[in-house]
Amino acid sequence: MSDAETPSIDESELAEESVEDVLEEELPQPELLHGVPVSESRGQVVLHPSRDEYVALVSSLRELGYWMCVDLCGVDYLGYGAQRNLPAGVAPERFEVVVGLLNHTDRSRLRLRVQIPESDPQLATLFPLHPSVENPEREVFDMFGIRFDGHPDMSRILMPDEWIGHPLRKDYELGRIPVQFKGASTAR
Amino acid sequence: MTSTDLTTLNSALTRLTSDESVLRLSETEAEQKSGYQAPTEEGLGERMIMNMGPQHPSTHGVLRLVLEMDGETITRSKPVIGYLHTGMEKTGEELTYLQGATNVTRMDYAAPLFNELVFSLAVEELLGIEVPDRGQWIRMLMSELNRMSSHLLFMATNGMDLGAVGMMLYGWREREEVLRFFEAVTGLRMNHNYIRPGGVAADLPGGWDEELSAILDVIPDRLAEFDLLMTGQPIWRERLQGVGVITAEEALSLGATGPILRSTGFAWDLRRDQPYLKYDQVEFDVIAGSFGDCFDRYAIRLAEIRESMRIVRQIIDKMPEGDYRVQDKKVTPPPRARIDESMEALIHHFKIFTEGFKVPEGEVYVAVESPRGELGCYIVSDGSSKPFRMHIRGPSFVNLQTLPHLMKDSFLADTVAIISSVDPIMGEVDR
Amino acid sequence: MGIVADVQADGLAGLEHNFLTGRVEDLIRWARSHSSWPATFGLACCAIEMMATGGPHYDLARFGMEVFRASPRQADIMIVAGRVSQKMAPVLRQIYDQMMEPKWVISMGVCASSGGMFNNYALVQGVDTIVPVDVYAPGCPPGPETLLQAIVTLHELIESGEIMRRRDVTGAGAGVHLDELQLPTSTALTIGTR
Ligand code: SF4
Repeated sequence: MSDAETPSIDESELAEESVEDVLEEELPQPELLHGVPVSESRGQVVLHPSRDEYVALVSSLRELGYWMCVDLCGVDYLGYGAQRNLPAGVAPERFEVVVGLLNHTDRSRLRLRVQIPESDPQLATLFPLHPSVENPEREVFDMFGIRFDGHPDMSRILMPDEWIGHPLRKDYELGRIPVQFKGASTAR
Repeated sequence: MTSTDLTTLNSALTRLTSDESVLRLSETEAEQKSGYQAPTEEGLGERMIMNMGPQHPSTHGVLRLVLEMDGETITRSKPVIGYLHTGMEKTGEELTYLQGATNVTRMDYAAPLFNELVFSLAVEELLGIEVPDRGQWIRMLMSELNRMSSHLLFMATNGMDLGAVGMMLYGWREREEVLRFFEAVTGLRMNHNYIRPGGVAADLPGGWDEELSAILDVIPDRLAEFDLLMTGQPIWRERLQGVGVITAEEALSLGATGPILRSTGFAWDLRRDQPYLKYDQVEFDVIAGSFGDCFDRYAIRLAEIRESMRIVRQIIDKMPEGDYRVQDKKVTPPPRARIDESMEALIHHFKIFTEGFKVPEGEVYVAVESPRGELGCYIVSDGSSKPFRMHIRGPSFVNLQTLPHLMKDSFLADTVAIISSVDPIMGEVDR
Repeated sequence: MGIVADVQADGLAGLEHNFLTGRVEDLIRWARSHSSWPATFGLACCAIEMMATGGPHYDLARFGMEVFRASPRQADIMIVAGRVSQKMAPVLRQIYDQMMEPKWVISMGVCASSGGMFNNYALVQGVDTIVPVDVYAPGCPPGPETLLQAIVTLHELIESGEIMRRRDVTGAGAGVHLDELQLPTSTALTIGTR
């Protein structure tokens, strides 16, 4: 389950590169892996690229052996009461796109969490690198309203075309309707 | 595992992203355009747009396909889904962790126990608890049996789809044997809600091993009948061999897992490669094909039934004594007998079932190998007793993306064979 | 044996075994109830149990119903087996409209009957808001036995003509709810002995 093997890449080197930028801004120095802040959750490695770093990161990870993009989903953190497990320097936003990558050779997984601001819900598509995200990205668009730039077919996938709203957003009602027990009253 | 490298992977990627096998039409457009299409300036000849489904003859639920045909040949296609969208991920946010298993079990209804399993594993990972050995072995036993019943269901529907109507009867007959055992253990034939966070709902009933041995005695002979009825038949082979071919690189790029990926010769099975439960303590083979066609996928599933039986036999021998769920007051309701005796136990029981238990904040992704591929569960917890976000990575949902590529340049008559060999369960696709 | 003796006495053209007397209406009802073909309308988990009912163990053929028709135009009973989503609802209605009269609907499972445990934005809360339902089969999923009982109930209603009377009065489906059968609870489980 929790295979937290860190991929075999020289961490120190990458970390040194970006130290300067970080010092400039005088932020607490985040731990870096593959050049982006990294955190750990229940023994699983989580990377936190910014929106600009995202595609380049996935592309270089693909070259390192992360051949399969297993999963892509969205999360809406509106009204999240607890502490978000984000490394220093990563500003929390309302939405997150979570991507799971799998390396078959050393049997390890990586998870990417990309912060998406509410004011501008969009992200570059991974389609040119991983065609496997076609359906998941459409689902995230359908359910959260996050657009993926460059996706060949950015349309609703689960809900009907003319549906209004994005059901998995936290401010979208569950849509419960009161149950009337039919046997109790007169037959309809 | 076959030798795949980045170069072949990249050329597959170029093929997949540039080739024209996916028909990109919106649903409304597809409806308007259905029927004859005159030649266009872009050099496309006479074509026909056809809608297949969502209520269609093959036995896979509410999948709809929009096909673009040139005569009998499919040029482009697009699976249209969502006809069974149930809003389960949203509903999952409204249910406590204890109720959650009831919800997820209804996703992949051919393999419900796997959904419960992956959900429970994710919750346990967040809670940081470990299920006692017996609980883990019971889970393993039940999931292997479920793999058998799911593949038997595939045998039935695959046969039916290809016109071997008799297979429908044979497949169900065998499946019924396994279901009867499920009913004895869980009380239900499907949608069991048996594997729950913290363990399983009940211990195995007395005499379970004998009943199982009886099942294991019957099924091998019946599988031999399958071989006789299908595997060796020239008609069967004619219809499946070389149909719906995919390469390992394409499968990897398209995120396909399970029998589809394995049929290409890429032997990837989470049970072996990222073991969960106690799979590292049983012996089994990962079945891989070599041609990546429909026949390989059929043969892999047939062989996997046999492998599962092998695992079940080992489990019967190795089943340890002990508890079937954790004895952690926070998570586990008190035993039924204690409720009658003690007031505290009653209150405790009541609290667990009304309020649920709190799960520490955090997020986690857990994956298991379901009969259809990698079934994953991503849970974000905010420290309350309900998941803040619960996402299920359904293998069918992702596998379905291979369909247009599998069907490109094949005959219309092969469509059903190809859909069937992908074995999508729409409940899991649409959730 | 009467017939055998009769045929021996009078030959094949004999009157005794060539005539039945009765009302045409009864005959039609009888015929209808014994050859009602279901349309395949499997949607979700319940569909698996519906197919299991058609399998050898439960053998729907005993009730003249084993021919699941893929085309709605050849079917008499629509078994709505599973959850009906908002996206599926128009399709369902269209298929219902394509079926020939007389036609009947069995709502199988709590999802079809009332939305079940999924009271949310995505599902139609009860298929009876779209098509008239004649018999509700409860359960999640209803076991094959429950479905069989629903079918037998429907057959009885068809044969007695009651269903048509009800429909004339209300314009809607019969809306029959199944009662729980009191059966012996513990049946010995024997596996692999057949
Ligand atoms: S009633 Fe239960 S078994 Fe039937 S479709 Fe609904 S959830 Fe599935």
